[in-house]
Amino acid sequence: MTRLGFGGWFGLGALGLLVLVALAADLIAPGDPLDIVARPMLPPFTDWAHPLGTDQLGRDVFAAMIHGTRVSLLVGLAAAAGAIGIGIVVGTLAGFLTGWVDDVLMRVTEAFQTVPTFLLALAMVSVLGASTPNIILAIGISSWPQTARLVRAEILSLKSRDYVDAARMAGMRPLMVAFREVLPGALQPVIALVGVTVGAAILVESSLAFLGLGDPNEVSWGGMVANGRAVLRIAPHLVVIPGLAVALAVLSVSLIGDAFGRRLAPARER
Amino acid sequence: MTRHTGSFIARRLLQAIPVILIVAVGVFALLELAEGDAVDAFLAGTGGGDVAFAERLRQDWGLDQSLPVRFLIYLEAVFTLDLGYSVAVSMPVMQAIAIRLPNTILMMGSAILLSAALGSFFGGIAALKRGTPVDTGITVTGLVLNAMPNFWLGLIFIVVFVVKLSWFPLAGIATIDGPTDFLGRAADIAWHLVLPVLTLALTYMALYLRLMRGAMIETQASEWVRAARARGLPRGRIIRRHIARPALLPVVTMLGLQTGNLLGGSVVIESVFSIPGLGSLAYQAVAQRDLPLVAGILLAGTLLVIVVNLVVDLAYARLDPRVTDDRGRAA
Repeated sequence: MTRLGFGGWFGLGALGLLVLVALAADLIAPGDPLDIVARPMLPPFTDWAHPLGTDQLGRDVFAAMIHGTRVSLLVGLAAAAGAIGIGIVVGTLAGFLTGWVDDVLMRVTEAFQTVPTFLLALAMVSVLGASTPNIILAIGISSWPQTARLVRAEILSLKSRDYVDAARMAGMRPLMVAFREVLPGALQPVIALVGVTVGAAILVESSLAFLGLGDPNEVSWGGMVANGRAVLRIAPHLVVIPGLAVALAVLSVSLIGDAFGRRLAPARER
Repeated sequence: MTRHTGSFIARRLLQAIPVILIVAVGVFALLELAEGDAVDAFLAGTGGGDVAFAERLRQDWGLDQSLPVRFLIYLEAVFTLDLGYSVAVSMPVMQAIAIRLPNTILMMGSAILLSAALGSFFGGIAALKRGTPVDTGITVTGLVLNAMPNFWLGLIFIVVFVVKLSWFPLAGIATIDGPTDFLGRAADIAWHLVLPVLTLALTYMALYLRLMRGAMIETQASEWVRAARARGLPRGRIIRRHIARPALLPVVTMLGLQTGNLLGGSVVIESVFSIPGLGSLAYQAVAQRDLPLVAGILLAGTLLVIVVNLVVDLAYARLDPRVTDDRGRAA
């Protein structure tokens, strides 16, 4: 564990803090963060009842920041989990079954990879409506190709190993061999991708929220930046603070992904 | 260009057709999923009409047919580049895209090149100074910049460089009553594009940084570098020709793959800086629920990524003399 390095520990610490804040949001900042609670445009650090001030409608920035953690983390983690899940299934099927199944699946993967990710998510949210489950679905569907490719490549290289032949000769059914013998070994490099995928999902969610396509019933950091843009000249902190939170979340996830990827690296060439 | 290049291009374009078909299927499915159909959207945007009129429009546009027939009609439209009519901008979708595309290409192209250039340069320095604080500093900076939301960085730049320092304009791609001569206009557009391109380039720089750094560390340890050192070549030349040049190859490959990401990023950046490009058109389409326009931009974006990947592959084949085309001939 000590080989995680400073970056890895910083990332874990920051992410842990964010998760705690998300879970304890109702305790730290009770009430609805979208409620109007004080006079508008209160500067930060002046009134300790509202430590970060209020926005142009009089909503508490601190409460919004705390509750925004939930949306960003939930969407980021759920969408990435979905994307990686789909990627693993597709990659395993393609790598193990080969033949025309592999061809078809790889064409579909290529198609999804060619479509600009954000445009696809944008189109899906536009068609399906802007609610949190739809956003998770849209981001998940646009991000699975990378994982699928990686898993497939790993499986193709692991398939010819002896222990796979042994399992087959012992009479295991092909799909069982795929999922029980080959897949666990193929998952190692996927761990390095997890950091990237979660980070990208958080960024896409905040971008969608910034464009006004977030869930209107939830507070999101991206939405806060969009809100602050209207008063950018006189209250830039309304833009700066939420953006810093997004950057921190993505940075911590990236650092964790990097650290775990490097920790597993000695066994492989990269 | 050898005569093999032509067949290389032709083969790649042929390989792209299944991808375009799958994307067309997907887009069609997306359009079908939406409530209402093209006629409803058209009537809603153009002032409405009675049921009889709607029915007649449906017959004219073939929307009253069964699903398979509708799909075939849609496919035919896509391949004849008739992407429908956009009520958001009151012109055919194809025309709207064609007007906005050059601005986005200009901005994106500059951003990709700047991003790759900055990333390669600093990645090279990080590789040469591996293990020193310079290396750590460069890597961390790249990581931090990559973690920032690009719209946030853009807004920060606006606060610093536009509001506080007044160095650059706030919005748009050209001054409204600005210079009309070619050079003057080009300079004006460049001035407007500095901040958006810089924002895009900085946020995507980290990838090239990491690639170049990793690749250069590998080539530094390679045999031909050892041989060059043994021959006593000057250090600068070794770095430039034997270490850096081969390390650029993964960077070039990544250029094509990043096009999709930058196209997505341009939606937000064009919104922040009010650049009239494809990205802001996409946002407008989504905001006004203009699905033919959204679908058209999806297809156009996909096509753009395919074309850029093709160009990048050609460039890569030029740069790497070891690469032969699919049939084993030098490309």
